[in-house]
Amino acid sequence: MTAERGDILKVTDLRTYFPVRSGGFIPRVIGQVKAVDGVSLNIGPGETLGLVGESGSGKTTVARSILLLAHPTSGKIEIDGQDITHLSSAALLPVRRKAQMIFQDPYNALNPRHTVGTIISAPFRIQGVVPPGGVKAAVAEMMERVGLNPEHYNRYPNEFSGGQRQRIGIARAIALRPKLIVCDEPVSALDVSIQAQIVNLLRDLQQEFGISYLFVAHDLAVVRQISHRVAVMYLGKLMEQAPRKTIYTAPLHPYTHSLLSAVPIPDPSLQKRRSRIMLEGDLPSPINPPSGCVFRTRCFQAQERCASEVPPLTEVEPGHLVACHFPVAEPPAAAASTVAAQAD
Amino acid sequence: MVAYTVRRLILMVALLFALTAAVFFLFTLLPGDPARLTCAKACSPAIIEANRHRLGYDQPVLVQYGQFLGGIFFGRTFSSDSPQPIVCNAPCLGYSYTRHQQVLTLILNAAPVTFWLAVGAFLVWISISIVLGIFAALNHGHWPDRLVMGISLVGYSMPSFFIGLILIFFVVLRWNWLPFPSYVSPFDNPLRFLQTMILPWIVLAFLNTAFYMRLTRNQVLETFHEDYVRTARAKGLPERTVVVKHALRAGLTPLVTAAGMDLAALLGGAVITESIFSLPGIGSLAVNSVLQSDLPLITGITLFSSTLIIFANLVVDLLYAFLDPRVTIA
Amino acid sequence: MTGSSMAVEPPLLSVKNLSVAFPTEDGLVRAVDGVSFSVEKGKTLAIVGESGSGKSVTAQAIMGIIDRKAAKMTGEIWLDGQELVGLPAGELQSLRGSQVAMIFQDPMSSLHPFYRVGDQITEAISAHRSIGAKAARAEAMEMLRRVGIPAVERRIDDYPHQLSGGMRQRVMIAMALINKPALLIADEPTTALDVTVQAQILDLIASLQGEFQITVIMITHDLGIVADVADDVAVMYGGRIVEVAPTGTLYHEPEMPYTLGLLSSVPRMDRDVSTRLEPIPGNPPSPIRLPPGCVFAPRCKYADRVPDGACMTTRPELLQAAPDHLVRCHIPSEERREIAQGVLRVLTGGAA
Repeated sequence: MTAERGDILKVTDLRTYFPVRSGGFIPRVIGQVKAVDGVSLNIGPGETLGLVGESGSGKTTVARSILLLAHPTSGKIEIDGQDITHLSSAALLPVRRKAQMIFQDPYNALNPRHTVGTIISAPFRIQGVVPPGGVKAAVAEMMERVGLNPEHYNRYPNEFSGGQRQRIGIARAIALRPKLIVCDEPVSALDVSIQAQIVNLLRDLQQEFGISYLFVAHDLAVVRQISHRVAVMYLGKLMEQAPRKTIYTAPLHPYTHSLLSAVPIPDPSLQKRRSRIMLEGDLPSPINPPSGCVFRTRCFQAQERCASEVPPLTEVEPGHLVACHFPVAEPPAAAASTVAAQAD
Repeated sequence: MVAYTVRRLILMVALLFALTAAVFFLFTLLPGDPARLTCAKACSPAIIEANRHRLGYDQPVLVQYGQFLGGIFFGRTFSSDSPQPIVCNAPCLGYSYTRHQQVLTLILNAAPVTFWLAVGAFLVWISISIVLGIFAALNHGHWPDRLVMGISLVGYSMPSFFIGLILIFFVVLRWNWLPFPSYVSPFDNPLRFLQTMILPWIVLAFLNTAFYMRLTRNQVLETFHEDYVRTARAKGLPERTVVVKHALRAGLTPLVTAAGMDLAALLGGAVITESIFSLPGIGSLAVNSVLQSDLPLITGITLFSSTLIIFANLVVDLLYAFLDPRVTIA
Repeated sequence: MTGSSMAVEPPLLSVKNLSVAFPTEDGLVRAVDGVSFSVEKGKTLAIVGESGSGKSVTAQAIMGIIDRKAAKMTGEIWLDGQELVGLPAGELQSLRGSQVAMIFQDPMSSLHPFYRVGDQITEAISAHRSIGAKAARAEAMEMLRRVGIPAVERRIDDYPHQLSGGMRQRVMIAMALINKPALLIADEPTTALDVTVQAQILDLIASLQGEFQITVIMITHDLGIVADVADDVAVMYGGRIVEVAPTGTLYHEPEMPYTLGLLSSVPRMDRDVSTRLEPIPGNPPSPIRLPPGCVFAPRCKYADRVPDGACMTTRPELLQAAPDHLVRCHIPSEERREIAQGVLRVLTGGAA
């Protein structure tokens, strides 16, 4: 599913740093949090790229940088062939018709003083678009499409449950039929039974409208359910990127291996048979990342070379990129992955 | 910590410069001729012009401001070409021609009155509102809470001049429980001092008590729902320890900021209360100086009050960092 | 569990017909409604449910930290031969932290931000034992070492905000176990943590459980964690227990349609991704207006299989389906099993 036609999103060597200021007599910048440190991605039409990583990996900053909600330090962001990296907010307005965002917390992302109708119709007003049949009809149709009752047009967000609020957020995002939606942890605040509803909805909307997703999440099982390709981030850098099946059945990076082995499987007999790669310690400080490979301090494969040489992200087979000096070629430790291999 | 304090002190001085400049230029832009105010009915154009020159009002504003600043650091002499020059030693905040006194002397004379008024009222309102606020929080939703919140609402809605006048009318005039307020120093006549100050303290504390009662209650209630209070309970600590050491410690700390700033603001003069009870404090002085367009005095009081507030700001920040380990200042 | 309680030793914890309700302006919130279960010594019981299912309130009731002024609580909680619901506040307090301890979802907000972690632990010691400050500190240090805090000599004087999320949860565990409680209640202990740290913490709890002979109640929404750690599982929905079974049974022979719904909506790593997830339609019930019949009936696909609409009108009882297996459902057991096997076959793509 690698995109050969024009990419909807192309990110080249993105770096987003946040300055750290000192105290002292005159405060000055003494360091930088390298939240995103040289990330390149691309997403084709109708494709979903899953971006996984733990907290502090920089995945959310990537998502925010793409829509310029965080200011990129360097690099290039192209949406539908247009370089938007240096656009002013006025010049960005037409771009927002093509690219929208869905947020993690459906409670904070909606203005509590606006009705659902106002919220979902906002993109039309802001962009000055009048859909055929009028805004109200379009909003009602949108509500129906995402599984909300159009009669609730005049209700306020607090009258809806968490899952319904996320549907409101989705309706707002798809109102202008964007080509790309950046989803930042869209289901992690929701209950399991509701999660599944939203994941299915996103998949259906993709098929119907051909939307591309950048799906940012920490839950590997959810990402597997929706992504065509998956990129794994750690401490601001890409560790591995591959088609879904490859990531889950034949990963090469030790970090991907340990992530997969840490995900519990809801089946006690499989779970007991699995061996687990236990990572030692915590994420290092992104202000002072380790030399060489950033993962080496917790890596079971680490050798001297890893401390001195940054492993480049290299394409080991078509579409499969990995940044590691000593990739692990065995199948992942999760016994269940054999099942996954069959199921995929 | 030291570097932080020094940096803040320098910022503070810069801020004070800006403030005094703003006051200085603002008042010179106002209609009205300061020289015209120096002589009462005996004014003739010649005298006015002479005074204008004598007081330096004929100089450009910038020069006047420079002289004012110079006076603070080095002292200055007014009417130097007249037979009786007025020597004003550093720190010289200026000379009031309407009162024929140095501004600093006027402020220093008024300051103790305001000091006693503010500190007394502060103690009254802080002790009452913390006790009642905690009491209300502990009985959340029951009658003590409703009562305290009711009192608070009444306190909010009553203007302090109204309460002041009511109190004077009944307590002093109608029932003669207290003598008519007339300020004496607590060191000269402690009893008379208390008799004079008790009503002003009540009036001044009234509004703040209403505010702080509510603030304390809400803060404490909020911390009762904090996860770490639940943890303290789960550890099997006695309820007293849970409330005092875990909930109140965290809940009351933010009050430090508000209380410190409010106290500082009062020390800079309590205009209404001082006027009602004819207390010769900074507040009364400020009102009169404005009414008389006494520019040197206005500038001096502004400088004095803002110094207090800016300084309190620093103290409060340092104190907060000391109380809450999450706040680091460097 | 209940069935194997034929054993000589009585269960360490036994909850009987526990109800917790909070009167509010909108009406009575029935957070927990007639919950009964028991846990044998040394075992792990997982209580699974979504938000609003009553699982956390159940935990807090056992812990005795429900505000008795704000809640109506009925039923019995027997811990090691002692009944807790009727116990005076003072006696309950002395059990908390010594007999039964608890760790919470968010270790950042659960530790007091103003006190050093070492002091927070020694405070838990001196609440229950008279012990010198030095000895308490030494004990705290030993326990911190045991839960895997590196450089304990330095870390013991850190404030919570100076530690990482995983380290904070280790501190919480050290604090909970410092008085060697018989029962540990872990309320979503890894939900706020990253998946690799989650694995570390679950591993730590399991190893400490063996070492100190602790009985564990694991409150979670994550069926993966349940499969990993639990001996038995109780599934809660709408304030009631709807199914109880040994872990293997619950995953391979579930009977309650809600359990089935949960299992089919989890995007598990071993399922066929070409098929859609099978979400449970609709939303959980409001605890103020619980449905009159089965609480799950309005979302249940199979409710129309029961004649006379009994699911909507009559509240089903929690009945034995097998010696160890309790189910709250009107559908006959045979039929439930058939439904379940059909669903499970689809779920694992026939591979399991």
